[in-house]
Amino acid sequence: MEQVAFFAGAIGALGGAIAVIALRNPFYSVLALVVHLFSLAGLFLLLHAEFVAAAQVVVYAGAVMVLYVFVAAYVGGFEEPLWDAIPGQRILAPLVAGALFVELSIAVLGSGLKSLGSEGAVIPIGFGSPEAVGRLLLERFLVPFEAASLLLLIAAVGAVVLAARRPQPEGRVDREGTV
Amino acid sequence: MDTTWYLVLSALLFAVGAGGVLVRRNPLVILLCLELMLNSANLALLAFGRNLGNADAQVFAMIVMVVAACEVVVGLGLIVAMYRRRVPLDVDENRGLRG
Repeated sequence: MEQVAFFAGAIGALGGAIAVIALRNPFYSVLALVVHLFSLAGLFLLLHAEFVAAAQVVVYAGAVMVLYVFVAAYVGGFEEPLWDAIPGQRILAPLVAGALFVELSIAVLGSGLKSLGSEGAVIPIGFGSPEAVGRLLLERFLVPFEAASLLLLIAAVGAVVLAARRPQPEGRVDREGTV
Repeated sequence: MDTTWYLVLSALLFAVGAGGVLVRRNPLVILLCLELMLNSANLALLAFGRNLGNADAQVFAMIVMVVAACEVVVGLGLIVAMYRRRVPLDVDENRGLRG
């Protein structure tokens, strides 16, 4: 049963990921990423990370993807041209990605760690529950937690500054993207 | 399921994301591919956390999600600013900073 759930989640995640990079309309890419995130949340559940899975669905597949959909709709779903800007890019890039996968797989499979070939340690009751994660966040990892909230604040201010409409200088059309 | 399965799936998702960053030219889709890579790292973190029976990895994954949200907010702000200024939304055409 667990195998079935794992492979279903893996196929969903992989199919979503490939659809993100293969679909030419950015709007469809965003929707494929939602599928990917939902499948990944299922895999997180299999890994006993219930709280992270719930946060993944609510925060990621909910809020962040809505932001993406808004921007994709605002900017307009245009199709990318098919010509190569860099010669051979479409052949070289998948080769580089394949080499990366092979290298990572060699690193994982060749590590010789015996526990990787098993389910791993026996996990305590309540592992990954909101209570356990909340305790860790507010006790042991309090400083990283506050640093993350500060980072979010800075990012929000930065986005407002970046996207704010500001008057253009007279007689000058800024097409070079200089901010 | 063995932890190796999760790690290999994570490597595969990371490679797909990296290939997407290399092959796509729309900055919006490049941001989506960065999300793929961050999420694959999250999957590896949680797999190791399950393997060791240690919940610290879940806090790490939450922090990664926060960083991803920040990256999305700033990146989408940049894309909206580019669109407003009528800069082409194509990373190969914006080569003003090329050395």
